[in-house]
Amino acid sequence: MDLYLLGPELSLIGLAVLVILLDLATKNKNAVAALAGVGLVIPAAWTIALLGQHGSSFYGALVVDSYSIFFKLIFLSAAALVILTSVQYSKRFAPYQGEYYGVILMATAGMMLMASTQELIAIYISLELASISLYVLASFLRDAKSSEAGIKYLLLGAVSSAILLYGMALLYGATGSTQLNEIAQVLQDSLQRDPGGILPAILLGTVFMVGGFGFKIAAVPFQMWAPDVYEGAPTPITGFLTAASKAAGFAVILRVFFVALGNHYPLPVDWPALFAVLSALTMTVGNLAAMAQTNIKRMLAYSSIAHAGFMLVGVAAFSTQGIGGVAYYLLGYTFTTMGAFAAIVAISERLGSDQIADYSGMARRAPLLAFVLAVCLVSLIGLPPTAGFVAKIYVFWAALNQGLLWLVIFGVLNSVVSAYYYLRVVRAMYLGAPASEERLPASKPLIAALAIALVGVLAIGLFPQPWLDFGTGAAVVLIPLP
Amino acid sequence: MSVPYLSILLAIPILGAIVIAFIPKGNLGGVRATAAFFTLLDLVISLGLFLSFNVSQGATLQFMERVPWIPQLGIQYLLAVDGLSMPLVILTTMLSFLSVLVSWHIDLRVKEYFILLLILETGILGVFTALDLLLFFLFWEVELLPMYLLIGIWGSGRREYSAMKFLIYTVFGSAFMLVGILWLYRDSGLQTFDMTVLGQAHIASQFSAIIFALIFMAFAIKLPIWPLHTWLPDAHTDAPTAVSVMLAGVLLKMGGYAMIRINVNLLPEAAAYFAPVLVTFAVISILYGACVCMVQKDLKRLVAYSSVSHMGYVLLGIAGGITGLSLVGFTGASLQMFTHGTITGLLFALVGLVYNRTHTREISQMTGLAHRMPLIAIIFTMAGLASLGLPGMSGFVAEFLVFLGTFPAWPWHTVLAVFAIVITAGYLLWTLQRILFGPADERWAHLKDASFVDAVPIVVLIAVIILVGVYPAVVTTMIQGAFPPILDRLGAAVALLH
Repeated sequence: MDLYLLGPELSLIGLAVLVILLDLATKNKNAVAALAGVGLVIPAAWTIALLGQHGSSFYGALVVDSYSIFFKLIFLSAAALVILTSVQYSKRFAPYQGEYYGVILMATAGMMLMASTQELIAIYISLELASISLYVLASFLRDAKSSEAGIKYLLLGAVSSAILLYGMALLYGATGSTQLNEIAQVLQDSLQRDPGGILPAILLGTVFMVGGFGFKIAAVPFQMWAPDVYEGAPTPITGFLTAASKAAGFAVILRVFFVALGNHYPLPVDWPALFAVLSALTMTVGNLAAMAQTNIKRMLAYSSIAHAGFMLVGVAAFSTQGIGGVAYYLLGYTFTTMGAFAAIVAISERLGSDQIADYSGMARRAPLLAFVLAVCLVSLIGLPPTAGFVAKIYVFWAALNQGLLWLVIFGVLNSVVSAYYYLRVVRAMYLGAPASEERLPASKPLIAALAIALVGVLAIGLFPQPWLDFGTGAAVVLIPLP
Repeated sequence: MSVPYLSILLAIPILGAIVIAFIPKGNLGGVRATAAFFTLLDLVISLGLFLSFNVSQGATLQFMERVPWIPQLGIQYLLAVDGLSMPLVILTTMLSFLSVLVSWHIDLRVKEYFILLLILETGILGVFTALDLLLFFLFWEVELLPMYLLIGIWGSGRREYSAMKFLIYTVFGSAFMLVGILWLYRDSGLQTFDMTVLGQAHIASQFSAIIFALIFMAFAIKLPIWPLHTWLPDAHTDAPTAVSVMLAGVLLKMGGYAMIRINVNLLPEAAAYFAPVLVTFAVISILYGACVCMVQKDLKRLVAYSSVSHMGYVLLGIAGGITGLSLVGFTGASLQMFTHGTITGLLFALVGLVYNRTHTREISQMTGLAHRMPLIAIIFTMAGLASLGLPGMSGFVAEFLVFLGTFPAWPWHTVLAVFAIVITAGYLLWTLQRILFGPADERWAHLKDASFVDAVPIVVLIAVIILVGVYPAVVTTMIQGAFPPILDRLGAAVALLH
């Protein structure tokens, strides 16, 4: 029974090993990619088979509920899209494509575990599994920029992991348990009996954990790694970082804060207010910095910082709808960014440049790529009929229902500002003159990724209710509906 | 299950856009014919709805369609028309069809142009028919990107700057509108965005003044009201002709319509509270727009500023209607929206025709054009006279109703507004005299008059203008039927205020 619940992750790790073995056995790297991509069906099917089940195993370290299944499906979708996008791109990594796909699968497995656990040490281990895999992936291009990205990510990630661990240790020391619900129980009992007692340790532990997790989601003031790492990493991996890594970070933040520290009133530490302030800072810094960027990858890095800020609005809302909003936002955001980065992979590969100015006239040279990129950018701004529109409305609505008017005003103003720099790309593509009339080819797997992303963005935006229900189903695990 | 006419009305332009996307690139004639066909189809359907509209029930929402969209948030797909929105729907479909004809000679990226124009039409029709606040907001945002691209790609002059200015201004206003709408949802406590429900309920909130101001910001930018009008001259002047027709003819009306539908209808006490402010800004807009027109050298810019002035009359009528509980004031404001749409649409179409021939918009450069282009000159003169409010044309009826409705409540403001007509007459007649009449110039000796495709839009519009001018009841009966419930709500609110 225990192993059955762990099935998705186990099969994914098995798949990773198979991919590496196949890479040893054959020179046909496309077959390796095919195995990686098609093999994802097994963990996906297993995850779907677990739908509706609710159980924990391994002494509570592994938890299967609709929350973890929701996030697992997000990670698997992101992994599938990144593999499709990389098939053509990975020729740069020859002869290490097998390892590339294998490490992507390992990272995905780590993220899936991150979303499925309620125990601090397991969180840490799975976070490290995902992060170390991502450190490797960031440096895969082995040129100066990529290596710099990898080293920066590694060093800053290591420091923040250490801080995270310190926070977890403090929490364990104060409460005597690493299980999130037991921590909640101990906090409730001891704070009733002796309010002043363990509070300093809890406060410090919480702040350190905010720091450690804040690094993962690239929230201000822990965001300095993001622009350089996103710019230097291979472009499909940048997309993977933006989408899946951020989703994993949020999955863990929501789980830890709502289960361990959020179950009784008054809260021992007023972390919703802390997240509200971080959200406002993150949105503003991300947006203002993005305005000045001329490199599209760097611009999207800063924009993803800003979007982390928008998602934090949902966290600060401290309600079931807030969590549901974050979940829905992450779902839409995954498809949006993977679509945008797929288009960028194709365009930049041909152009040899990541400068926005070089995207001039792309609408003539690569109409499909330009269209998908434009739709994804429109979704990032938050205009209808895309997923980003409904996501922002939902998150702002949840926040306003909790009385966070000032934060919602910050949010809408930041959305207005963001329109400017996203539209710069649309303007270059559609209004600019092309440097040459040569058409841009795109590989078939990449076109498949683009199509899936486009359909995802529009379907989630036009028919939001089923996805919202799915997200709310995930949210009620953490906070039951009143 | 009744036929969902309004959804069909909204879907047809999108369908047309999809069909155009599949037409091969070289087949320009096919693209144009398809666009014309789908817009004409929409016009015919909307005319059918207009004729089957139950005029005696102007206040009842007709052709309603209600489908839950996001039940969790209380958002529905709710469409309906009443006496206020029905004329605006006709205006939209009519101007869309005529815009297609005006755009007949565009040769740059024709497919994309018509696709964007059709998507724009759906967005605007959605704004006028949506009765759920968030659905309304959605359609309000839909028109942004097509307008940005239409002005930015096919415009002239500083088109990229104007397009970006238009977009940022509008998005900025929409941001405030969203905050206001969400706040309204929360304060009403009714768990719904349905305007019909929110209108019936009495929304008592200490914040309703702030909510009113937040939501009003978006509409003030759209109408536009001085001092938030600065996007308009740039956007109108640099947009291609048909886009200017749509922009001035229909998009500006979205602001006026929304002011009545949302601000006045849902927040009547705040409306009564702010009425003095509104009427002051209305008069400033009217006079400022008119005075600035006197010094314009560019013909298109002159017509653009005249829009600022004429839309001020709409706000004047609304403010007079609020304070004086005046049916006439509101009817005048709504009629002014309809007539201004036709008149300014016509003026921009004519400016476009003149520009296509003379390749200049400088008033000083053109003279004696009537010698070479009699039809255009005649209709231009008639349009100018309609714009200044000559009796017999619809502009007069609308402005007269506005003055009649506002004078009891705001006499001095009305006097100033009437004075603006003198200035309007001044700049219009002076401009017409300069460009159309006067000695014939050698430079313009070779100009051709309007072709058939050019003539259809301008003749149709002038016919509508004269029709409504001579027999305004064809629209006013419908319009005035929509206001009694709103006036009742205002009456109750004003009573509470005192």
